[in-house]
Amino acid sequence: MKNNIIKGPKKKGENVLMTANTSVWKKLKKDKWLYILALPGILYFIIFRYIPMFGIVVAFQDFNPFLGFWKSPWVGFEHFKTLFTDPDFPMLFRNTLLISFYNILFYFPVPIILALLINEVRNQVYKRIVQTCVYVPHFVSMVVIASITYVLLSSETGVINNILYSLTGKKIEFLTDPRWFRPLIIIQSIWKEAGWGTIIFLAALSNVDPTLYEAAIVDGATRWQQTWHITIPSIMSTVIILFILRLGHLLDTGFEQIFLMKNPINRSVAEVFDTYVYQIGVTQGAYSYSTAVGLFKSVVGLILIQVSNYLSKKFTETSLF
Amino acid sequence: MKQNKTVASTIFDVFNHIFLGIWAIITVLPFLYVLAASFASDSEIKTRTFFIIPHNPTLLTYKFIFASNYFLRSMLNSVIITVGGTLVNLFFTFTMAYALSKKHFIGRSIILNGVIFTMLFGGGMIPTYLLVKSLGLLDSYWALWLPGAISPFNFFVVKNFFQEMPQDLEDAARIDGCTEAQVLWKIILPLSKPIIATFALFYGVGHWNSWFGALLYINDAEKWPVQLILRQIVMLSTTLASDLTQFDPNFQPPQESLKMAIIVVATLPIMLLYPWLQKYFIKGMFIGSLKE
Repeated sequence: MKNNIIKGPKKKGENVLMTANTSVWKKLKKDKWLYILALPGILYFIIFRYIPMFGIVVAFQDFNPFLGFWKSPWVGFEHFKTLFTDPDFPMLFRNTLLISFYNILFYFPVPIILALLINEVRNQVYKRIVQTCVYVPHFVSMVVIASITYVLLSSETGVINNILYSLTGKKIEFLTDPRWFRPLIIIQSIWKEAGWGTIIFLAALSNVDPTLYEAAIVDGATRWQQTWHITIPSIMSTVIILFILRLGHLLDTGFEQIFLMKNPINRSVAEVFDTYVYQIGVTQGAYSYSTAVGLFKSVVGLILIQVSNYLSKKFTETSLF
Repeated sequence: MKQNKTVASTIFDVFNHIFLGIWAIITVLPFLYVLAASFASDSEIKTRTFFIIPHNPTLLTYKFIFASNYFLRSMLNSVIITVGGTLVNLFFTFTMAYALSKKHFIGRSIILNGVIFTMLFGGGMIPTYLLVKSLGLLDSYWALWLPGAISPFNFFVVKNFFQEMPQDLEDAARIDGCTEAQVLWKIILPLSKPIIATFALFYGVGHWNSWFGALLYINDAEKWPVQLILRQIVMLSTTLASDLTQFDPNFQPPQESLKMAIIVVATLPIMLLYPWLQKYFIKGMFIGSLKE
């Protein structure tokens, strides 16, 4: 889905260079209302998307809000040196990568499996009921999801600890024990988004040619063989595209979720690049240093998406761009 | 042989139905429990292990919430942020998408590539924060509306939608003497109603659910949306104590069920819209992917 949209414009609208100058003016005049309509959007992209990109120069300065971009002193790669020698850097790097890695390992396959199972349900009413239920958490804010996690898991009043206590006589400090942080984050992601994630795979599955199944049945294929040889290959390109996108965001751990689930006690496993940028940038005002941290993250992300796209193009002939 | 296959297949179907049923129940159960607990007393929440129907249901927490000026103001703030933000999103997204859907738009491919690039790379939190600050938008709702005025992904879906609209219709209207404004207003807009509704819902849900923008840009707690109040009360355990004065001096709001009730109220608008939402969201997911 995404790849079509991204690929689309490259093929089109290349007639601009061929036109002579005078007729450019004529064209501009003829369609002036069109350019007026486009103006707010274009200004939006310039101001709110491109100016912040140039704002990255702050990372190479000792930015002082009173002096502004133009007068703040330049310090080169000083902030990057500080970052790489920061005792927190290995922790941030490990936490960010581990949360991402566990997400890919444990979260990524869930919507695919769930979609395959939902696809096997023949009873349309039952199918619809299941889908309606599993989509719900997607529409709820992360604050609500985190709040529900808090009230369910709290060690004094939480219902889960109540049940645990009545069964085993013990309680678990889910919210503060660092060992529980990563499992909690992954389970939360699965709960919130796995159902919604099935939509794109169900769409891919609905496009599979039914005659393929008919032919397979004639050939005596079992249901498992049909799944293995027809269903799974037919959603493979969707899986790969989503996987590339996921890899490209390897260092994006879902800021809101981590930020909400983080507390002083589980910091050693919960602090990631994004929360660190907020912490030192916004709350402590270290603009330059935190911009450098953010830039490091973005550049690694950009490289990752290029590399995974290249590898995918080479080995599977599916790619994003 | 054939018999065997059907037996295996039936067993699979039975397990599959049971598994998906359990999955669906587990997904919605936390919401149901929170709803139930919002009507219960604190002592019941602490002592009873699990329930969906409270012993002595009470509306006390809801009475307290809806008597709280602080809370009601946050609800109003959320409504303003959602309605205003959605209008800003729709205006910016649809005007630009319509203009860029025309292939004779000069500089079209440069602009479209410029938009794609923003999907891959951005300035990040701090440069955006500094920009909003230097534009003087801090503590104003414009700080929540403008920085996300167009979602590039939504923009491309809408642009593709306009591109697939039959050009003949517009041409016919022009031949009949319609001005450009009339073409837009009388032909394009009515035909776009379903997609406008879809994206109004997409953007609207986003605004209702957002809280981090407010945390970042709005220091004045009087302007906070309900999601941020929710975080304050559930996660940071602040109280609505300032509102207690209106009650009997001996009244102590039940802390646990109060948390539950605030979760319910912050989610309610979405849950009321959900049956209607579902239809539109799923349609919206497919609008952009219908054709090449």
